[in-house]
Amino acid sequence: MKSPIFICLALFLLSSSLCMSEVDFEREVRPILINHCINCHGGIKAKAGLNFTNKATVFSRLDSGEIPVIANHSDKSELIHRIVSTEESEQMPPDKSLNQKEINTLKAWISEGAKWPKHWSYSTLHGKTEMGATIDQIIAFKLKEIGLNQNKIANKRTLIRRLSLDLIGLPPSKIEINNFLNNRSKHAYKELVQRLMESKHFGERWGRHWLDSARYADSDGYEKDNTRPNAWIWRSWVIKSINNDMPFDQFTAQQISGDLEKNTKPNQVLATAFHRQTLYNREGGVDPEEDRTKRTIDRANTTALVWLGLTLECAQCHDHPYDPLTQKEFYEFYSFFNNMTESEMDYKSEFSEKKTKVRVIREKKRETFIFRRGDFLQPVKNVKISQKVPNYLTQINSNKPSEWNRSDLGNWLVNAQNPLSARVFVNDVWTKLFGTSLVQIKSDFGTRSKPPIQLHLLDHLAEKIIDFNWSRKKIIEYIVNSNTYKQSSERTEEADKKDLQNNYYHRQNRFRVEGEIIRDIFLSSSGLIKHKIGGPSVFPPVPDGVAEQSFAGNFKWKTSKGDDRYRRGMYTFFKRTAPDPNLITFDCPDANVSITRRNISNNPIIALATLGNEVFHEAAQALAKRIVETQLNSVDEKRIVEAFILCTSRMPEPYEIDEVMALLKKSRDYYSENVEEAKKMIGIHSIDNFKPSDLAPWVSVSRIILNLDETITRE
Amino acid sequence: MQENLRRDFLTSSASGIGGIALSHLLSQEIFAETNPNKSPHFSPKAKNCIFIFMAGAPSQLDLFDYKPKLNELDGKKMNSELLKGKRFAFLQKDSAVLMGSPRKFSQHGQSGMWFSDLVPNLAKCSDDLCMIRSMHTDQFNHHPGQLQMQCGEAKFGIPSTGSWINYGLGSENQNLPGYIVLTAGRGSSGGATLWQNGFLPSNYAGVQFRNGNSPLLNLTNPRGLPVELQRSGLETLRNLNQKHFSRTQDPEIISRIENYELAFRMQSAAPELVDLSNENSKTLDNYGVNRNLPKEGGGRGKGNGNTYADFSRNCLLARRMVERGVRFVNIIHASWDHHSNLDPEISFNARMSDQPISALINDLKERGLLDETLVVWAGEFGRTPLGENRPGRKANTGRDHHPNAFTILMAGGGVRGGLTYGSTDEIGWNPEENPVHVNDFQATLLHLFGLDHEKLTYNHAGTEKRLTSITRKSRVITDILA
Repeated sequence: MKSPIFICLALFLLSSSLCMSEVDFEREVRPILINHCINCHGGIKAKAGLNFTNKATVFSRLDSGEIPVIANHSDKSELIHRIVSTEESEQMPPDKSLNQKEINTLKAWISEGAKWPKHWSYSTLHGKTEMGATIDQIIAFKLKEIGLNQNKIANKRTLIRRLSLDLIGLPPSKIEINNFLNNRSKHAYKELVQRLMESKHFGERWGRHWLDSARYADSDGYEKDNTRPNAWIWRSWVIKSINNDMPFDQFTAQQISGDLEKNTKPNQVLATAFHRQTLYNREGGVDPEEDRTKRTIDRANTTALVWLGLTLECAQCHDHPYDPLTQKEFYEFYSFFNNMTESEMDYKSEFSEKKTKVRVIREKKRETFIFRRGDFLQPVKNVKISQKVPNYLTQINSNKPSEWNRSDLGNWLVNAQNPLSARVFVNDVWTKLFGTSLVQIKSDFGTRSKPPIQLHLLDHLAEKIIDFNWSRKKIIEYIVNSNTYKQSSERTEEADKKDLQNNYYHRQNRFRVEGEIIRDIFLSSSGLIKHKIGGPSVFPPVPDGVAEQSFAGNFKWKTSKGDDRYRRGMYTFFKRTAPDPNLITFDCPDANVSITRRNISNNPIIALATLGNEVFHEAAQALAKRIVETQLNSVDEKRIVEAFILCTSRMPEPYEIDEVMALLKKSRDYYSENVEEAKKMIGIHSIDNFKPSDLAPWVSVSRIILNLDETITRE
Repeated sequence: MQENLRRDFLTSSASGIGGIALSHLLSQEIFAETNPNKSPHFSPKAKNCIFIFMAGAPSQLDLFDYKPKLNELDGKKMNSELLKGKRFAFLQKDSAVLMGSPRKFSQHGQSGMWFSDLVPNLAKCSDDLCMIRSMHTDQFNHHPGQLQMQCGEAKFGIPSTGSWINYGLGSENQNLPGYIVLTAGRGSSGGATLWQNGFLPSNYAGVQFRNGNSPLLNLTNPRGLPVELQRSGLETLRNLNQKHFSRTQDPEIISRIENYELAFRMQSAAPELVDLSNENSKTLDNYGVNRNLPKEGGGRGKGNGNTYADFSRNCLLARRMVERGVRFVNIIHASWDHHSNLDPEISFNARMSDQPISALINDLKERGLLDETLVVWAGEFGRTPLGENRPGRKANTGRDHHPNAFTILMAGGGVRGGLTYGSTDEIGWNPEENPVHVNDFQATLLHLFGLDHEKLTYNHAGTEKRLTSITRKSRVITDILA
């Protein structure tokens, strides 16, 4: 691969790291400061006035009269003096944890001029896209560092299943698989991507990711946990907006400040319900102002986390310990949200034909104060707080008067000049498509975060999303068309030795799908699923006693009848204090806090659920019926093949067929002797003129194929 | 997948996966951060915990904290200085008057610990009990208060104490969950958030046991599926999954195989656990498992079904769980929120809980399990010395929420028995001697398990999180250690 572009890219990357042996502050110096110094000399705990999250204090004279760092003069810098000192009283860090290499790095850094660029996540983007590089080139270049190559492109069956699960959250049908296999055109894959992007299920899949961030639920939370009967209307808006590929900047602005737009339309006001997803405490003795304050703080923190990848909450009570954020700045940011009021709007439009009330946000001016130690009863009345974004983040020059309003916030959050939100957004998209984040600690972009191994890739994607005018679909399309995405997820011991965590993306990752998608796969494979995009939440069967968990048993679960029993997992009614165990068991968020990345657990409770739960067992019954009916006069092997394709999108190997045949035989032996048990085993999914004792063995087999690791894993 | 969990399963599994490189598996850390040192920080006293959570906030003034002066001042206004800046859920400050307790208090055991006549059986255990009368918390509403007691802070999305301990120490029984929740009566304010795993993997969430013979969700086979076909099916599943492992080399598959085996073992271990047929009638009677619900009284304490029998059974089950190595058992009973009708309703609840809890402590002791089992009795806060005077009420018959001072009990697990720790002022308004914040209690609890509350941390969103609040300096109450 010696294209001019590649050489150009190589030169660029080299110039920024390898060629010049200069110490790289982000890669080499900042990690030392973060690991060894910042706990005492950072943010609020700026011992002796030295604060490594505040550049100024590092280069200026402290109260003691010393200057920590004097550029080009490591011998005169107090920092060096302290770290090499053997005097117990002045030695730093006190636990003597710096090794010689780290000391040399710090010395060299100062001698070379002590360059201190902006933190990687806040720094401006450098125009790398113009280099014309691609994802694969950037990845390949990094892979050279560790002497690994990427895996081969995965086979077509894996590809279509991976793409389907990632883009629409449903396994491909048999016809879709065959069409893709038979399409020999070199554009077959691209066409598949196009088709999935245009599917209405795309909005469901990517909308659900957004609901995680929004902590969406159908009830208030806390003790009373009252039902929110119309919460789903906003969910329908999310699905539709994502299906229409509403650019992320608009998508953001409408949710932050849709109510303030000129000639605002009902759907723009509806969008603000993002911030009506907070919990609401209606316990008898609650101070309403205290709870409003809590909700407001939650809104400020959620906004920072979701759009900026920052955890601001420490600054509610005091200056931030790690980020250069003062308590005052926190309350300046908070004041945008403090000027919100919760309101009900009469809504009658595309998502609800009947006139109904929806919960939205409106503007209401309030005076904001800093709360001493975060206590709303202790406002600091003599400090004026106006709506502002934190100083250390990129400011945008606007012709506006000094005071911002909430619309300005919405526009600032997602803006070509705000590199942070671009990075956060593309990292989020990447995480959904690879199972791992480009940023090392989940989604932390704060000052303590170390520069990611794939910083160039992250910045490249951030540039791209701006180039694509914040089109979610375009950035997804761009990523899934890369070989990095398309490669196989197989592991080898040799590659694991060099890159165990797959930080270099020498392979794709394989990971279990989310709880809703497990349900969707079971229902799709068995043919039970009933599709309807959007609409009110539904009540699939849950075990007895789940609803009673709610406070004083004040909630009843009325199991849906008809099609609504078989809707996609994302439409299941979410009661915060008594959620459906089929969601929670599989790490679906409890909707009490904003989640930007889910855990993926693997435990026996999960196994019990997919083996024994009513919903999953019914899928096994329906799958048995389906494979028998579609292969009515076929040999057993054909039915087994059918089941494999429906569950895993691939053909079984002869060995696998033999294994299943053995189970089938044992099952037949049993049910031929136990006809009554056979009737129970097939439930309502019988076939006319087909003996239960002949069908039940297929249920026994189907449940095992549905329980394969592969069935609930995206390869 | 969680390395420690995988190690637990792999090393415990007799079936084994044969030649698959174990060391290779153990070196994986793919999706979740793990606790690298799954062992105590120092030598532990306690191995298991039974946390009896009296949600709703029982009145310490009618159970444990004897205040003769309060009885004397009954009907009088209190020192308004003490009321400054205080907030209440319902109480009207200006007209509120103090309310004495109608209960009779007496001293018990070698140490002369005070108990009211509501808990005669607990009183007999006094030499094994450590009573802390100087507890205080930051929250005065139920759900936030319950979260603070169970999870350290009044926040969602953070792990509960049981999750932290299992995260720190792992499970001792491979066939049962390490953290089990038992409830009787009404649902609590906090619901499932009281056993939340927060940002820890869901393996560490509390698993709620249900009443009846099938205590775990989805424990029984589907109707019509005999155990032998479950077994055969799992053999097939194992072979197919193993085949796929050979293609992908993904250790997560091995984990899944093990988890299916564990699920199968749970299918027999859990019913065995809740099957009381091997318990003799004396034990059943001691706990009161066959008690009838009293015909009179109860109010909100009554709940659904026979709360008396359910609570007794839960106490007995808790013993059976710790016998089998379940690390943390949370017994929740929620209906202690006595804003009115205090005397009859707390009597009802006390009668429900007094006998089985004391039976549990005695039983653990007789079996030599009390030394390594910490038993805790606690609510989320206390109740006011002032009578609750909601507008429109004729008489004060209840008490409002009181975060400033309340009482909890501990027994076993390395706690000093026969010790009354801390005290409150003459009317029980504020702690006087040795105040203990909820976080101090939690730091002490972890300490008993050999865990340093500042070291048992988990990196979440770039910050090292722990059970106790990071902004507060919490202390281990060394005075109460045996």
